[in-house]
Amino acid sequence: MGVVNFEDLFEAKLAKNDIIEPKDWMPDNYRKHLIRQISQHAHSEIVGMLPEGNWITRAPSLRAKLVLLAKVQDEGGHGLYLYTAAESLGTSRDEMLDALLTGKAKYSSIFNYPTLTWADVGAVGWLVDGAAIMNQVMLQRTSYGPYARAMVRICKEESFHQRQGYELMTHLAFGTPAQKEMAQDALNRWWYPTLMMFGPPDIESPNSENALKWRIKRETNDELRQRFVNQTMPQIEYLGLVVPDKNLKWNEAKKGYDFSEPDWTEFKAVIKGNGPCNKERLASRNKSHSEGAWVREAAAAYAKKQNENYQAA
Amino acid sequence: MTSQEALVNYTLRLGDTSLILAQRLSEWTGHGPFLEEDLALTNIALDIFGRAKALLEYAAKVEGKGRTEDDIAFFRSDREYFNALITEQPNGDYAKTIIRQALIDCFDLAFYTELAKSKDETLAGIAAKSIKEITYHKRHSFSWVNRFGNGTEESFNRLQKGLNEIWPFAGELFEMNEVDALLIKEGVAVDLSTLKANWEKEINQLLAKANLVAPEGTYVQTGSRKGLHGEHLSYILAEMQSLPRMHPTAKW
Ligand SMILES: [Fe+2]
Ligand SMILES: [Fe+2]
Ligand SMILES: [Fe+2]
Repeated sequence: MGVVNFEDLFEAKLAKNDIIEPKDWMPDNYRKHLIRQISQHAHSEIVGMLPEGNWITRAPSLRAKLVLLAKVQDEGGHGLYLYTAAESLGTSRDEMLDALLTGKAKYSSIFNYPTLTWADVGAVGWLVDGAAIMNQVMLQRTSYGPYARAMVRICKEESFHQRQGYELMTHLAFGTPAQKEMAQDALNRWWYPTLMMFGPPDIESPNSENALKWRIKRETNDELRQRFVNQTMPQIEYLGLVVPDKNLKWNEAKKGYDFSEPDWTEFKAVIKGNGPCNKERLASRNKSHSEGAWVREAAAAYAKKQNENYQAA
Repeated sequence: MTSQEALVNYTLRLGDTSLILAQRLSEWTGHGPFLEEDLALTNIALDIFGRAKALLEYAAKVEGKGRTEDDIAFFRSDREYFNALITEQPNGDYAKTIIRQALIDCFDLAFYTELAKSKDETLAGIAAKSIKEITYHKRHSFSWVNRFGNGTEESFNRLQKGLNEIWPFAGELFEMNEVDALLIKEGVAVDLSTLKANWEKEINQLLAKANLVAPEGTYVQTGSRKGLHGEHLSYILAEMQSLPRMHPTAKW
């Protein structure tokens, strides 16, 4: 059987919506694309622990503290499933971490913005996790089995985070004037960065044919962005908050909102490493990693000794 | 001192000890030495925060002044806090965090196992729920002490240094006062003197296994039973309480 036949078999599986498993033959570009996408997603979860983690010690009620701590832990768990899924494609955690820590790998740019007030914790849960779900929900049926299965669990938890974030915002929006102001300020700062999460406009990022074929993507960036705005607007109105966009208005003809594009120059600058927190985030990951080196070495040395004792016995 | 006053103070002591320990542990979240361990320590912090919340809720209820657990957590000063001194000590490196945790877990497992037999049903209930959690915490911290003690030279040195730093604060866990005396008589509190011998035995075994030597002739630091703390606590509280104190009428 030649390679061509393997390729045909792979294509046939995709055509039938079958799942590709780690042991199955897959083309190189499929494997590479997945490794890149899954590890980037994993990095986003891990770096995403930092902006919200920033408020754990200052959460204003015991319940809020428990909710936030559990959420940040969930994000770490997501990172773990995703690293494991990527490893099943033949990369290693060390390789992936190295790419993150040296700045070679990308992660979601949204986490390069700071969480300045407690309301940001709500805004991140509500808007950022909300946008993430919209981007990721189709990945539950993506062609690569381990990724699809990880995403089922992740999406379930992300929607929980979104509800909790929205609940936090309702406490603020219906709270004291200062709390409401805090909520509005957070919306002002997170609105456009959230819209950027769907990626550049379609004219600049033609939907890759492969991404559609591999069931990695189903809708275009602009379609997703539009859906997000349509879904979020009623929630913003309920909260009595105002979107920082004078052009935003309902368009009866398209049964959706018209709205302003985010500043794509800023988007590119943040991706290039010039967002307000890029350097801090990377420095923080590097600090934890290097300060943890002796712990990992000790664990490895201990395991090795145990193994030797076991074999000697 | 009335029984009620004693019970409030006793419950605050337990609640504050849990709260400040969890607050310290949660400083590691997102910064652990590797991902699995970050998640494990966060899980432990979550358990302990959960226990703190239940205990402070009960303290507020017994107090009967209409305060909530959040009023109690966020609107008391360090002089009104009764957490054990060992919990407020800075995390230091991972070895120090782990050895502190091992000393506390060993105490807590024995303590809450006894408290589960208390005549006070609420305390007994909270304690019963905690036993399974603390059993896991203890397995975790003990296994890391063993790993560090028998890992590399560096991990051993760090562990010994951490032990030297934290050791003077361990003895206070067993300190009793008139609150204990009154509540032991009522079958509510645990007689801490009955726990000490076994704690020492278990810790000595653990230290021996990890090649550690307990510092000798250590002066035991105390004060928390009277609300006297080190310089660290007011910083912990300043951070933890900043938001509620800035917005005293707000609900979150
Ligand atoms: Fe995510
Ligand atoms: Fe996540
Ligand atoms: Fe999330």
